[in-house]
Amino acid sequence: MLSKTGVPTPQQVLSVFPKEDDLKTLKAIIECYDEIPCNPCESHCPFDAISIGENINTPPKLIVERCVGCGICVSVCPGVAIMLAKVSDSKATFTIPYEFNPKPSPQQIWHAIDRHGNVIGDAVILKTVDTPKQDHTALISVQVDRSLLHDFVTIRSKHE
Amino acid sequence: MKQFDCVIIGGGPAGLCAADMALEAGLDVCLIDRNPRLGGQLIKQTHKFFGSKQQYAKIRGFDIASILIAKIKDHPRCTILTDTTVVGLYPGPIITVYDNQTYQQLKADKVIVAAGASEKTLTFENNDLPQIMGAGAIQTLMNVHGVIPAKEVVMIGSGNIGLIVAYQLLQANIKVKAVIEASDTIGGYSVHASKLIRHGVPIKTKMTIKKAIGTTHLEAVEIIKVDENWQPIEKTSEVIPCDGLCIAVGLSPMHQLLSMLYVKTKYIGPLGGFVAIVDEKYTTSDPNVYVAGDALGIEEASSAMMEGYCCGLHVANDLGRPHPDHDQLIHHYQNELHQLRSGPHGTHVRKGLAIMKKEVDHAF
Repeated sequence: MLSKTGVPTPQQVLSVFPKEDDLKTLKAIIECYDEIPCNPCESHCPFDAISIGENINTPPKLIVERCVGCGICVSVCPGVAIMLAKVSDSKATFTIPYEFNPKPSPQQIWHAIDRHGNVIGDAVILKTVDTPKQDHTALISVQVDRSLLHDFVTIRSKHE
Repeated sequence: MKQFDCVIIGGGPAGLCAADMALEAGLDVCLIDRNPRLGGQLIKQTHKFFGSKQQYAKIRGFDIASILIAKIKDHPRCTILTDTTVVGLYPGPIITVYDNQTYQQLKADKVIVAAGASEKTLTFENNDLPQIMGAGAIQTLMNVHGVIPAKEVVMIGSGNIGLIVAYQLLQANIKVKAVIEASDTIGGYSVHASKLIRHGVPIKTKMTIKKAIGTTHLEAVEIIKVDENWQPIEKTSEVIPCDGLCIAVGLSPMHQLLSMLYVKTKYIGPLGGFVAIVDEKYTTSDPNVYVAGDALGIEEASSAMMEGYCCGLHVANDLGRPHPDHDQLIHHYQNELHQLRSGPHGTHVRKGLAIMKKEVDHAF
């Protein structure tokens, strides 16, 4: 259970993933399961694709068809709890928030990590974006094997 | 004796916001802080804040401090005394301050105590070894002065402070060996816990610290499982080598100045300890003394800011010099507070405030 382990259940994870048909383009995966008073994802989305509503404690919900995968919510989320995902052929592509140094560079291969902190495969770094607007929450685009779609959550250097 | 309309004790989020409103309403304000810089705990907070736009959500804590300080620091009616400790608070109200050289007395029509909170600690064998620190000390070393506090740290406490500081340690390339929690559930937001787990930090619930190991400095800690009555279970202990131990087991409101003044106080567990009893206008049993922020009950800094705004507005109004938008602003900030407290993480505070409300009816 999330409150005892800090790891969401597979059912919780699946509940925040859009259908695979909708993942042909990048969509936000919002892993905010707790009722906490917070709404920057909703207030910063230029497409009104995230809904919290009157009560600021309500967990955010993605309106899949409005999400264009711009990634603004990924860098504003104070909980570092949002990423983008899409699938194509045999690969899954993610854009994850990353607040550590050093940052990965394109073409490097890092460990793909799951929600338990385990290494589950390789992550090929596609792009690192770290503009002043993101305020030190870099956005890293990575590609992993499609089979890792519901397990992958972050990256770790192979030189640690 | 220098005289002010309003003296505010404590330049953290509550004090800064109270000063902002009192100045906007036209009062002469003196803001006192014992630290060299204003901002309170905000200056150590490198994470992005939760909440809504009104609480500066998604801005990092130290940047929020800069925003709040910039609003008041050059105001012609604002006197700022940093490196200055309030050592006495007497009826009048009279405030005695000490700036490390001289003592001075100030007179105020109204005093706001926004002194914040102090860290709780734990009793265990060898807890006086060097390298055993509170979360505040770790953050001060690391985030204010850029000093690496240790290489391998064990964190005690899984409330938001423990979880956030553990993440900040990781960001400083310090290994966090484990987060230890005596309860069977993680105390803080699960987003903070998830962040640690995926970066390889185990969170061990139902465990507590038995002793610290080392002679001249910390070398390891022995942790042990606890049963449902919080009693250690024999033969379940485990030793974790580390050179740093961080204690983040909660905070207690700073009630001492208020106790000095003999305003009515009470121990209210859900608020963190002894607090002054205040009415809905943040007024204590002394009508010229007000309290806001963590000094009134432990909450997030977002709530401290909202309380500060409300308190500053009430002080001006009670002096017969209300802010031009008094009613509207009070309504707005009170509504924000209500929202911040209405979720499951606000249960404690709601319980504490219900006790407070009952006490007010008896106290005044």
